[in-house]
Amino acid sequence: MKGNLNLIIEQSRLLKAIARNWAFCFLIFFVVLFSFTGKGFLSIVNFQNIVHLSVIAMFMAAAETFVIISGGIDLSVGFVMGLSSVTAGKIIQTLFNSGNYSVGVCILIGSVIALVVSLIPGLISGIMIAKFKVPPFIATLGMWGITNGIALKICEGFPVASLPDALTKIGNGYTIYFKKGSGINFFSLPEGVANNQIREYLRLIPISFIIIFIVIFVLRHILNNTTFGQHTYAIGGNEDAAIRSGINVQKHIIKIYMLSAFIAGMAGVFNVFQTGIGNFTTFGAMYELFGVAAVVIGGASLMGGKGRLLASIIGVLLIAVLENGLLISGVEPFYRYIAVGFLLILAIVIDQLFPDLF
Amino acid sequence: MSYLIETRDITKRFGGLVAVNKVNFGVSPGEVVALLGDNGAGKSTLIKMISGVYPNDGGDILYNGEVVKIHTPIDALAAGIETIYQDLALAENLNVYSNIFLGREKTKKRLGIFHVLDHSYMYDEAVGILKKLDIKIPSLRNNVRTLSGGQRQAVAISRSIYWNAKVLIMDEPTAALGVAQQKQVLDLVNSLKDHGLAIILISHQMHDVFEVADRICVMRRGELVGNLVKKDTTTEEVVSLIVGSEAVS
Repeated sequence: MKGNLNLIIEQSRLLKAIARNWAFCFLIFFVVLFSFTGKGFLSIVNFQNIVHLSVIAMFMAAAETFVIISGGIDLSVGFVMGLSSVTAGKIIQTLFNSGNYSVGVCILIGSVIALVVSLIPGLISGIMIAKFKVPPFIATLGMWGITNGIALKICEGFPVASLPDALTKIGNGYTIYFKKGSGINFFSLPEGVANNQIREYLRLIPISFIIIFIVIFVLRHILNNTTFGQHTYAIGGNEDAAIRSGINVQKHIIKIYMLSAFIAGMAGVFNVFQTGIGNFTTFGAMYELFGVAAVVIGGASLMGGKGRLLASIIGVLLIAVLENGLLISGVEPFYRYIAVGFLLILAIVIDQLFPDLF
Repeated sequence: MSYLIETRDITKRFGGLVAVNKVNFGVSPGEVVALLGDNGAGKSTLIKMISGVYPNDGGDILYNGEVVKIHTPIDALAAGIETIYQDLALAENLNVYSNIFLGREKTKKRLGIFHVLDHSYMYDEAVGILKKLDIKIPSLRNNVRTLSGGQRQAVAISRSIYWNAKVLIMDEPTAALGVAQQKQVLDLVNSLKDHGLAIILISHQMHDVFEVADRICVMRRGELVGNLVKKDTTTEEVVSLIVGSEAVS
């Protein structure tokens, strides 16, 4: 039976495409479904909100995609993000309050230092995994605790507030503001319009879209078109073969965990821009687990060697649409977890039934 | 005929155990030498010294008549000594041409600064080498996972040949294959011989050995106990050498 099904799917291009991209099909299905059940679901504003609010999750999923393809897992991304966020927040706050530097310089220095700091946990977990053969689960679980503790120490347990307004103007800004009669404005409201009048304007293409689009484009290029990406797949597929063909596997694994932490660091900096404060990551957020879930729903295998970046992003969107659609349709929010759980199990079942499709 | 690769009095000890004891062994270009012996006879240790996995404790390795130092697998690869292990060392999640170029990918520059994989070059080169060896594989863009055992063996071999193997060491190439695929691999070995490679074949399958080998070397307890030309020997003689019931000098 299973063999027959595999054969039928193998023979039809359309069925094959559907089976390969079942998560995308589900996404379309849910968008159509919620358009009927939820009032206000089907609107540009709502769709923009869904994507804007899942940008952080996209960073997480992108980081996990690289790690999972190489056959590992990174549990520390959520707290590395928090560390990066409070580091950026604290530095921007200190420089800004000193009054010696312009806003732009404060933000730039804070962001760059936070990104550099975020590389450190990745370097440490990478060395533990590659040189000392610590299982990735344990090594990154160690970093999970350490980065969280350090982040909380830096901010003394409170979000880092009173940062420049320019941050949220960028992080929550839009590319296009439009109002009948006053024409189109790019990147900011027209002069003299108060913030409470913002709802009168049609706002299109959040700046966060452009940021995440560039990040995904670059990361996808690295994964698909460079030797770095090719070796990542090879290590996940057969580490022994990678070693024997002369790939420096230890060095590569360290690089992968540094990249993962760096992407998490970018999420942290973005978080400062989006919220206007330096946030530590709360324990219940489970960014890393939702990131892993999105990657698996996107068709990656936790055994390594398999996964696609765009599919992981589809996984993020699927979870986000479910959350938003169920909420708008008036379903209690608890069901969201049940739905995500079902999707995960479905993803694994499909992976097991049709291993050759991906 | 002069040997391409040769060992002289090569020795390997593991603590008190002498795994390989003063073995003189060699292969000429265009020759297939089968290396036989029971488990623990020292075959694997001998080839691992030639392929650089184990450094030798005594004796010399000669390449083209000159003493060479082979201490790491990289040294061996640089000298053109390629080893195909039983598990083939292929990344099953990658396609055929990616495996042939694994670790030595061809890149091209895009916009003058970015190095990107040159898929079309690697594809064309892979088609070329498979054609040269007369290997038929449905599509080089298919993952190796979808190939049969014989085809995988062929991919592993063509990878070695593409990277200019002069000496090819094959460890049990037919062990996990069906009958038809065994024949494919043996045909391939014969065609490699015609291309002038020196081939060392480790096998337990007496039938394979007699089909492709020119010479048969038998090891027992770390020593070379037989060096026979195939057409002058019989299965019975070889088996008796392996188990040690008869001494032939």
